[in-house]
Order: sequence, then structure tokens, then C-alpha cells
Amino acid sequence: MPMDAKEIEQLIKARLPDAEVTIKDLAGDGDHFAAHVVTREFKGKTRVQQHKMVYDALQGRMGGVLHALALTTAAPKD
Amino acid sequence: MSEQAVHDWIRKAVASNDVVLFMKGNQNSPQCGFSAQVVQILGHLGVAYKDVNVLEDMGIRDGIKSFSSWPTIPQLYIKGEFVGGCDIVREMFQAGELQQILDEKGVAHDSAKLTA
Repeated sequence: MPMDAKEIEQLIKARLPDAEVTIKDLAGDGDHFAAHVVTREFKGKTRVQQHKMVYDALQGRMGGVLHALALTTAAPKD
Repeated sequence: MSEQAVHDWIRKAVASNDVVLFMKGNQNSPQCGFSAQVVQILGHLGVAYKDVNVLEDMGIRDGIKSFSSWPTIPQLYIKGEFVGGCDIVREMFQAGELQQILDEKGVAHDSAKLTA
């Protein structure tokens, strides 16, 4: 079953409470999403580490029910 | 092959080739849009690389994910080091960082010629 954008956002925020999460449903089919995640937790981390933190928050759904999540991450600019 | 044997095979593949892309399909015929994007970027940079088609081997398809603790394919390795999947490779390419890594690691590519 496809996931909805709210569910993705909730999972990410459960792990990264201060995160600003912007999710776009790319194709309008509830199956192709783009997510942009900004959190202080990303400071000093490499891109690979940042993406892994989001994947961890998604608890194994990435690569499974969530095939198409284009992810970009950033630490907030001071 | 056991998971250990698959990991050994992967370790050897990324150690003996400067650039390795684990992907769905091959570089001439990618079978997934995400793999196709990385193929396009590497082609644009004129990088020679070994492609490993994970669709041909379930062991590698699962093993590459546990090898890198990364849940998705494609996965790009430069000089034995995991660089990222499609999103990261695209971001790095757009920021000029991918070209920088190739230079730092002494991997030949054509992007200097393209911008000159």
C-alpha cells in the first residue's frame, strides 16, 4: 500500500523533532515523493550520514514500500 | 553465496575498480529511472566505470544494501568508498563536488575539458 505524505512527515519528525520537512507528491499518485529535510541534527554530518538518519526514521520503509522518495537534506543556516 | 561471501565479492569489486556503480540494468540500458540518472551524470563527466547489474543476482541485490547500510539502489563507489545514491550523486554533481572528489582521488574524467 502506498504511503501518504503526512505519514512520512510524522515518521521523520518522530525521530528528528525539530526537523522542517517539506514533502511533494511528485506524480499525484501517492507513490512518488520528494522530501526536503532541514534539522540542526545534520550539523557536521556528511550527506550520507544525513540521509541514513532519515532512512532510520523511516524504519525500513525506504527501499520497500517507499521506492520513490527523492531526498535532499540540509542543516539550517545560521 | 552466503552474505559474507557476497560482501567479500563486493569488497573486491570496489577495491579493484576506481569507480563502481551498483545499478538496475547496465550502463547501456538502465532499468530504473534512478540508476539512469547516475549513468547520465557519469557519462556527462566522461568517467569510465564498472557497472554491476543487481537484477542479475539476488544475493548482490540484497548484499549491497547490508554492505553499505544503505537501503536503495543505485550505489556509487569511488576508490572503494561509498559516495551515495542517486539523490546525493545528483546534488554533488550540481555543486561540483563530484568532480572535486574525482580530482582528489586521481580518477580520470572529462569535465575539465567540458568547462574549459
